[in-house]
Amino acid sequence: MLRILGLWSFYAGLWLVLSGYFDIPLLLVFGALSCVLAVFIAWRVERADPEDHPLHLKVGPQIILYWPWLLWQIVLANLDVAKRILDPQLPVSPTLITLKPTQRSEMGQVIYANSITLTPGTITTSLSDGILEVHALTREAADSLLEGDMDRRVAALERSNA
Amino acid sequence: MTWLVDGLSGLALLCGAFFVIVGGAGLLRMPDFYTRMHAAGVTDTLGAGLILLGLMLQGGWTLITVKLLLILIFLWLTSPTASHALVRAALSDPQNPPPLLHEDIHSVPSPSSSTHLSEGERIEQAK
Repeated sequence: MLRILGLWSFYAGLWLVLSGYFDIPLLLVFGALSCVLAVFIAWRVERADPEDHPLHLKVGPQIILYWPWLLWQIVLANLDVAKRILDPQLPVSPTLITLKPTQRSEMGQVIYANSITLTPGTITTSLSDGILEVHALTREAADSLLEGDMDRRVAALERSNA
Repeated sequence: MTWLVDGLSGLALLCGAFFVIVGGAGLLRMPDFYTRMHAAGVTDTLGAGLILLGLMLQGGWTLITVKLLLILIFLWLTSPTASHALVRAALSDPQNPPPLLHEDIHSVPSPSSSTHLSEGERIEQAK
C-alpha cells in the first residue's frame, strides 16, 4: 500500500511539473486520475516483470556525494577525448579489457557499468555473471579503470545500505 | 546581476556548442565504429549538458528550468543504455569487423585506417 502511494506521489509530482497546471481543478482531477491509471498499469506490469520502481533504489544517501564526483570525472574524460580528437596525430589506442566488479548486488553492478559508459572514452560492452567487458578509447583510460577507483566508490555506495 | 547570469549562460552555451562540434569532428575522424562511439559520447554528455545548463540560466527559477533538469536527467540515464545497446548489437554479429585495437593501429598501418586519417586531415585543413 505504501509502495502504491509512493509511486502515485511520484507520478503526480512528475505530472504537476511537466504540465505546469496548479490552479485549474478540472485538469488537476484529470491528472490525478491519469496517475491512478498509470499506477494500475505499473502494478499489472510488475506481476509479469518484478522490478523495483524508481523510489526503491537500493543505494544509500551517499549517492549524493557520488554524483558530483562522477560529474567531475565526466568533465575530465570529455576534455581528454576532445583533446585527442583535435590532435592532428589522433593519438588513440583502443583497448578491450575485462573487469571483475566488486559490487554484490545487481543494482550496484549496473550503476558501475552505466558510470563507465557515461564517461566518454570507455563503453561497457557486456555485463554477465559479474564479469564486465569494457572497450576503451585509450590505454590510459583502460588503466585508470583497472586501478579500480570508480569500482571502490560504487561498492561503497552499496555497503552503506546493506 | 542580469549581465552576470547572461554572460555565464552565453559562456555555457558557447562551450556546449564547441563540444558538440568536437564530438561531430571526432565522429568523422575516428578509425572504426567503436572508437566513433567514444567521440559521440562527448556530444551527449558535456555538449548537451552545457547547452542545457546555459538554457537553465536563461530560464531562471521557473518551471522551465525544472523541465530542462528533467531532460538532462533522462538524457544521462538513457544515453549510456543506448550506447551499450549499440555496442552490444555491433559485437554480437560475427559478420561485423572486430574492434580495431591498439596493436593493429601501431604495428601495421592498415589501408582503411590511413584513408580515414587523410579524410580527417582534409577536414582539419578545411576548417
